[in-house]
Amino acid sequence: MFRAEHGRAVAVLVRVFGDIDIAEEAVADAFTAAVQRWPADGLPPSPAGWIITTARNRAIDRLRREASRADRHAQAALLHARDEPMEEGPVRDERLRLIFTCCHPALNRAAQVALTLRLLGGLTTAEIARAFLVPEPTMAQRLVRAKGKIRDARIPYRVPAAADLPGRLQSVLAVVYLVFNEGYAASSGAALVRADLCAEAIRLGRQLSELMPDEPEVLGLLALMLLLESRRAARTTTGGDLVPLADQDRDRWDRALIAEGQAIVRDCLRRNDPGVYQIQAAIQAVHTDASAAATDWSQIVQLYDQLLAYDPSPVVALNRAVAVAEVDGPGPALALVDALDLGTYHLLHAIRADLLRRLGRDVEAATAYETAIKLTDNVAERNFLRRRRQSLAG
Amino acid sequence: MTQYMLTIYQPDGAPPPPEFLEPVARDLHALNQELKSAGAWVFSRGLHAPSTATVVRVRDREIVTTDGPYVEGKEHIGGFWIIDAPDLDSALGWARKAARATTLPIEVRPFQDVPEY
Repeated sequence: MFRAEHGRAVAVLVRVFGDIDIAEEAVADAFTAAVQRWPADGLPPSPAGWIITTARNRAIDRLRREASRADRHAQAALLHARDEPMEEGPVRDERLRLIFTCCHPALNRAAQVALTLRLLGGLTTAEIARAFLVPEPTMAQRLVRAKGKIRDARIPYRVPAAADLPGRLQSVLAVVYLVFNEGYAASSGAALVRADLCAEAIRLGRQLSELMPDEPEVLGLLALMLLLESRRAARTTTGGDLVPLADQDRDRWDRALIAEGQAIVRDCLRRNDPGVYQIQAAIQAVHTDASAAATDWSQIVQLYDQLLAYDPSPVVALNRAVAVAEVDGPGPALALVDALDLGTYHLLHAIRADLLRRLGRDVEAATAYETAIKLTDNVAERNFLRRRRQSLAG
Repeated sequence: MTQYMLTIYQPDGAPPPPEFLEPVARDLHALNQELKSAGAWVFSRGLHAPSTATVVRVRDREIVTTDGPYVEGKEHIGGFWIIDAPDLDSALGWARKAARATTLPIEVRPFQDVPEY
């Protein structure tokens, strides 16, 4: 209840008061009141409406007390509240406005992520700090600075105009996918997966697709996350060790998530307005379609060709090379990998090591595994690479 | 309405040749006309080279005057606008035009509210 309604309530109150801190405090007040009152009085007919109305009334009472002590900030917020009528209707738009504010390009990516998780996701500062492995005071400072910039530089609460929407939407999608990826393959730490971040990213992705049902890339991102998430249980052993795609027990994949993700991919194909998230989702849809041995790798190579046209980055080219290895063999794939300029990316060396191993070039493979091990901070990935390194004949 | 300062960061050294500067001057003139007709223009001016700057400071209650700009560096403020804009998106819109016209980076900073005395 708290997570689900927090973003909605904060978004409405930000519009009412024109101030994020006042909105956050008011919503926190209202949730505290709900915890005290609901067990005795019973659940109100519209819990979300009750939270929003209570938050608004409490904030106005508090601002009136402060305004009478000549607090200009409180006076301004009260004035704003008087001019902004309380509407029960278009709360969907409120959340959309708020996420575009949180992901405004004038804020750096780390600040965008932190604000989105705090305001839309309802995560506490401590939870966000833990998720991104930074000290809590650092995260608190980051949030204070970002909110201060929104206030002082007047970053507007507004859904961008159609002309600016594609560019601005990219930054919203990037934030949500970054949250997911940090959960899916944590850049450091012991656990491979931080499930709470994946769940939060999917929740945000569902909200976005509900708010912008006509944006195919929004749907593509949701499908991509659902299909990746469907494999979560199979990606690690009970001991926390990493299991590569080819060796995963496909009975442990989540069929419901796969069905939902694949249905969205089919819907995207019908719209025929592809983009990077939709193509990546289509690749995952092919993977989740078949057993490891029956995977249609040539279709995956074709999809990577299409993805490269939209995003000609070396990371995409590296992933394409993995698919090429399944179609044309490890030799041609190795030639592609060796042509890439990605020296410090641990996966390049891990993939190179695997290709060399399959070509029987064990000495070179061992060197490549060692480079990959040095470059990765994730314990589960490092252990996996060590096991692979030890299994070499040499 | 908020006021924003749009600052041009300009590399030190000899100015570019006239065939480069002429279109810049033309674009800047057009931009200022556009700002004025939109009611957004408050002030704008270019500065002389940083070598013409003088810094005055108080050290142990004594006034110390030094020749040259305060910040050492390869780039200095080359000029600025003060504009009126309803929000940052609008100010960034003007900054994009300024960056295109000058071909230089533009820093956008909001002014504090005018305090009531």
